[in-house]
Amino acid sequence: MRSRLNSLFDALLPVLATLAALAVGAVMLIILRVSPVEAYGALWEGAFGSTNAIAETLVKSVPLLLVGLGICIAFRASVINIGAEGQMIIGGLLATQIGIVFTDLPGWLVIVMAIFAGFLGGAIWGGIPGALKAYFNVNEILSTVMMNAIAVQIMNFMLRGPMIDPVQLEKASKIPQTARLAEAFRLPRLAPTRLHLGFIIAIALAILVYILLWRTTLGYRIRAVGQNPHASRYGGIRVRRRIVTALLLSGALAGIAGAIQVYGVNYRMITDGSSTGFTGGAGFNGIVAALFGQLHPIGTIPASIFFGALLVGANKMQRAVQIPSALIGALNGLVVIFVVGSEIWRRKRQKVRLSAEDSEDENKSPPLEPDTSTDIPEEVIA
Amino acid sequence: MSPELVIVGILTSGIRLATPYLYAAIGEAFGQRSGVLNLGVDGQMLLGAFAAFYVTFTTGNLWLGLLAAVIVGALMGLAMAFVTVNLQAVQGISGIGFYLFGLGMSELLFKMLVGTVKTVSGFQPIAIPVLSKIPYIGQVFFEQSIMVYGAFLLVPIAWFVLNKTTLGLKIRAVGENPEAADSLGVSVARVRYFTVTLGGILSGVAGASMSISLLNLFQENMTSGLGFIAVALVYFGAWKAWGVLAGALLFSLINASQLWMKVLEVPINSELASTLPYILTIIVLAMSASRVRSPSALTKPFDRGD
Repeated sequence: MRSRLNSLFDALLPVLATLAALAVGAVMLIILRVSPVEAYGALWEGAFGSTNAIAETLVKSVPLLLVGLGICIAFRASVINIGAEGQMIIGGLLATQIGIVFTDLPGWLVIVMAIFAGFLGGAIWGGIPGALKAYFNVNEILSTVMMNAIAVQIMNFMLRGPMIDPVQLEKASKIPQTARLAEAFRLPRLAPTRLHLGFIIAIALAILVYILLWRTTLGYRIRAVGQNPHASRYGGIRVRRRIVTALLLSGALAGIAGAIQVYGVNYRMITDGSSTGFTGGAGFNGIVAALFGQLHPIGTIPASIFFGALLVGANKMQRAVQIPSALIGALNGLVVIFVVGSEIWRRKRQKVRLSAEDSEDENKSPPLEPDTSTDIPEEVIA
Repeated sequence: MSPELVIVGILTSGIRLATPYLYAAIGEAFGQRSGVLNLGVDGQMLLGAFAAFYVTFTTGNLWLGLLAAVIVGALMGLAMAFVTVNLQAVQGISGIGFYLFGLGMSELLFKMLVGTVKTVSGFQPIAIPVLSKIPYIGQVFFEQSIMVYGAFLLVPIAWFVLNKTTLGLKIRAVGENPEAADSLGVSVARVRYFTVTLGGILSGVAGASMSISLLNLFQENMTSGLGFIAVALVYFGAWKAWGVLAGALLFSLINASQLWMKVLEVPINSELASTLPYILTIIVLAMSASRVRSPSALTKPFDRGD
């Protein structure tokens, strides 16, 4: 009974953190002489007020969910991936190239190939920092930041050069964008709204990631590495490889987000010179969603929809009460700070719980399974 | 254009452009030497840049503008310190929170209070008597604005404070072995509050150096990730003030060369060329990570257990 109450409290922490952030937002609104009731009312209206609004919310949640799933895998392995922006871009570029080159193939085949291309692009862009961390001890936070910057420049180069829309080449304006994808290549719509098949794909992937992390040996090893790399190593888990795998999969999911953004929403790639021009900040907001979902793939689904709603509703709020939608960006930051800041109470109670369990001598954590492979365990990662 | 003029031009802009990297990275270095990774530098810079711009824009006083950036930076630093020291939050992630907050907040305030891009008259270059008359060298080093001189003066000061003072010893002790420092009566919490707040102030000044000295305007997300590069420069420079200087100059000189290549219409692809410093940084990190040791307690919260 007490443990159930405890886990309920744990699940409520992010909700309380968000309420706190919204309360700070309300104070800010009052300072800006806008009624918070009116502003948040407009936000709700914009996110859930009509069928179209709900569809837009779900559309917006797709990249957040896909990036967030990747974050779940990486963070579970104790790897901080802040390179989702770049991974989305490279995934999007490769996927777009598929649609430009294979114009003769059937639509469903191109879509499948494009999603795979997105997977591949993101996997490469996540795998490089993974290998750098595992084998060269390069901090993944730094390398993923660098990879983001490189990806943006590659995107700008490709869209101004090799991948530019032939129509734009003849114009003086030379807008840096690719040609539009053929109608047959676009992800099918689910209703007479902009909601597309990508939403279903993302939900399916969430279930797959859940199975991967909690029902397979690979997932078990990834989580073991995250919880205790030293114990994992003595348990025979090849820690370096699992770090690479975690970042690679994390990047791959972001890459799919990039592919789906192109094939489900924009139907082309266009750049304003920055990464957010393409990703809409999903690479960072996906982290927020994953944290909110307790780094659990299934929990990340409602979390993504929630943050998708905030982002979509922010536009309506901007029109209705003239509060720039950037307010929501700032509040998202506060949510992150409050969530990680409030973890201390969870940890403290966990400590109390563990010592209580110790005295009752029950519920010992299961021993790590031995690796069946005959490989020599790797030496200690410095 | 004669080659000497081009080289002098590249060096002059290179020195100028190193300014925000230096302020932000030196500030970050103080935090990291004490064991705190502040990933919110970019957000602190943006808020500092806006504060400096807005106060200068409304009062016409550059020094008030700079003061505003210092205050805003200090507040952000204090908040970061509270979250890392008292709440013992995961530093990499709380830093992202501060980044998102600064990014959103600076854009919100800019749109509400200013609206469209406007310019201010920023700090002007000051020619240092005699020295500025030295051919070539004078123009490169001694005809810069006060913000640029300040950034370069900060490097030896930071080196001195970290290596030659009791304060520096405390900072390094707290970053290497907080338990030992604590048992010797050094307050880990106080040292970290000091370094992280100082880091916030210097990030704010770094932002101000962009909005009221280099570019003389504010735009949403005008740093475009420069603060993250500053964090990387600390690793690049192996947590040493001079190493940070070398890294900052690498980035700024490559940036400056690109600007000049555009002016001279050199047929080099500017997008691909601008990936160079990032690739170089990754290579340097990969080569040095096994040899250079980071502060042992970096990113580890300290719990006195009371």
